[in-house]
Amino acid sequence: MDVRLTDEQQQVRDLCREFAAKELQPNARRWDEKHEFPREAVRKLAEMGLMGVAVPAEWGGAGMDSLSYALAMEEISRGCAGTGVIMSAHNSLYCDPLLRFGSDDQKREWLAPFARGEKLGCFALTEPMSGSDAAEMRTVAARKGPDYVLDGSKNYITNGPQADAMLIFAMTDRAKGHRGISAFIVPTDWKGLVRGKPDDKVGIRASGSCTVFLEQCAVPERFRLGQEGEGFKIAMATLDGGRIGIGAQAVGIARAAFEEATAYAKERHAFGQPISQFQAIQFMLADMATEIDAARLLVWRAATMKDRHVRHTAESAMAKLFASEMSERVTSKALQIHGGLGYMRECDAERHWRDSRITEIYEGTSEIQRVVISSTLLKG
Amino acid sequence: MELEPNDVQRAVEETARAYARERLAPAAAENDRRARFPTDLVRGLGEMGLLAVNVPASLGGSEAGAVAYALAVMQIAQADCSVAVTMAVTNMVAEAITRFGTDRARNHFVPRIASGEAIAGAFGLSEPQSGSDAGALRTRATRRDGRWVLEGEKQWITSGDVAGAVVVWARTDPGSTGAKGVSAFVVEGGAKGLSVGRHEEKMGVRASSTVSLALDGVEVEDWAVLGTPGDGFRIALAALDGGRIGIASQAAGTIRAALDASLRYAKDRKAFGVSIAEHQAVAFMLADMAVEADTARLLALRAAALKEAGLPFSREAAMAKLWGSEAAQRAVNRAVQIHGGYGYTAEFPVERLFRDARVQTIYEGTSEVQRMVIARDLLRDPI
Repeated sequence: MDVRLTDEQQQVRDLCREFAAKELQPNARRWDEKHEFPREAVRKLAEMGLMGVAVPAEWGGAGMDSLSYALAMEEISRGCAGTGVIMSAHNSLYCDPLLRFGSDDQKREWLAPFARGEKLGCFALTEPMSGSDAAEMRTVAARKGPDYVLDGSKNYITNGPQADAMLIFAMTDRAKGHRGISAFIVPTDWKGLVRGKPDDKVGIRASGSCTVFLEQCAVPERFRLGQEGEGFKIAMATLDGGRIGIGAQAVGIARAAFEEATAYAKERHAFGQPISQFQAIQFMLADMATEIDAARLLVWRAATMKDRHVRHTAESAMAKLFASEMSERVTSKALQIHGGLGYMRECDAERHWRDSRITEIYEGTSEIQRVVISSTLLKG
Repeated sequence: MELEPNDVQRAVEETARAYARERLAPAAAENDRRARFPTDLVRGLGEMGLLAVNVPASLGGSEAGAVAYALAVMQIAQADCSVAVTMAVTNMVAEAITRFGTDRARNHFVPRIASGEAIAGAFGLSEPQSGSDAGALRTRATRRDGRWVLEGEKQWITSGDVAGAVVVWARTDPGSTGAKGVSAFVVEGGAKGLSVGRHEEKMGVRASSTVSLALDGVEVEDWAVLGTPGDGFRIALAALDGGRIGIASQAAGTIRAALDASLRYAKDRKAFGVSIAEHQAVAFMLADMAVEADTARLLALRAAALKEAGLPFSREAAMAKLWGSEAAQRAVNRAVQIHGGYGYTAEFPVERLFRDARVQTIYEGTSEVQRMVIARDLLRDPI
């Protein structure tokens, strides 16, 4: 048992913290207001190796461990939650499954340029009528000669508007339910893949998401990731890692809210003293800090388990569940500490509050995390 | 970063688990009902090396560190919270004497505490009119014929009647106010002038003993002073930082016990044709309890690991104690709810857990005091 970071991990954290303070924080409000994708910041993330954090150097990545990834996600999200999710979807939901399930040829073509940050990836599982209940998906991939023909639609696809390629899940054999799902890598300029206009979201507005329509989209067999019928397994394994990223993102958002609320409480005076001297405010800050630490430990535990290659499905779900719900409570308290100012667009507190909300929904709602955790408990 | 226990830590945890399961669990309900202090079972902890886990072997301790200690308290608490608090206070006293005592005090008291011969250690800080605000304490120590003479009254003293060693805080500088001028002494159990007053009738942790102590001319020599005279308040705070890891661990064990009992019951009990665990309302309560069990455990172990590494851990210990004890309230409440009517009866262990948990947000600093500690620290350094 040792809770200290290695020198290398500290360097990653410090580097990301500095980058977030310099490049993200000053721009985050503008990106949010304009729903603007932070192209330049993402390019710099790539230079720092953060678009292929856990991908080994031979495939263009930085080859860092999952804990470093969690540290980076927290710091980047502390600067801008939207940038955090761009990084998370690309790393956890695209690069990770390519690394784990891709052939060498696929890695060369579909991983290396992405891990180097030259191209952007995304993950397309959710559909208008199916989210976590993936067996209900309507998108099909029908075998036609040497090709698969994809038909259907996917929605809420993070990075969809900007992505160069998508990992798309489709039914190759409906009769088998979730065992009939297969995964395909499809470039976004491929014939038959059409993107809808970007979604107008409550928060994380620096990141784009959209609906994707697949209309007689014929792709060669070499686009299939893993075996036919392996799609669900790939999706679930991917989400175990993805949830660590979202947990870390939620911690980062909460920390932004907490740090700003603490600074504000020290400056703002009422009844002759800074409001930080009132016990009501102090106790809110104490609770916020405690919950943030609890969430971070859950995230770190799941990340270190992933690094040790032990099963971490329940632990990732716990980290994601607790961190996201914590983030909503903490950002709400931070807004409260700011009083009327906190309700105004000029104050970052309201953005953190909006940004936190999605963490309880995407990559499996809180309810889905509780299903994952309780079913593990009841099996054990 | 390594959030898993190492082999030594696991071995201590395993020792505690076996002892808890084989010796403590079968006796816990009856000892609770009769408010009976299980002297033999507490002595037995000493034989297992669990009364001085983080104390050097040269003084009879297990020398296994703060993390092993936290893990052991969690295991003991799962079976019996009363024994866990007796154990936690005893370890805290053994560590305080080891760290701050003179050689003579160390050699005299610590091996006897460690072995169980002294049965327990007691921590005499609280008074009828002063708890966390130790600066308000009134017990006096005056100099007479080259000795210290203690006069005053202590309250809520865990194991105060059975302990072979009682650390007593008293004001050595009569002109002083607040935290200055307070010193700590280690007093032999049964010393002349030390008498046991009221035995508290408690709602929970009933198999632990809580008494008031009257000090009526208790004489101690200079070698019984911990640290230097006037150093008492600092010693108390340092001891309580470690003590909070003990209570945080007790709370983590409580949550785990509540979860385990609830899982067993929910799988067994049927309603509307399926086990109640298959109803999402119950399954989700179990999921939330599991998350809280793990957060409480991780926060306690983090504080312990920092302590073990010689790093500051005061804020982290307060966080672990605050979060763990409050999460324990939620967990035992859910556990009773899952058990329905049975949970409200002594037939199932969750009724006792429900009562035992309640004191965890109070002793060794209330939740409010923990929040004061955390807020003060974070206003200096928010990250």
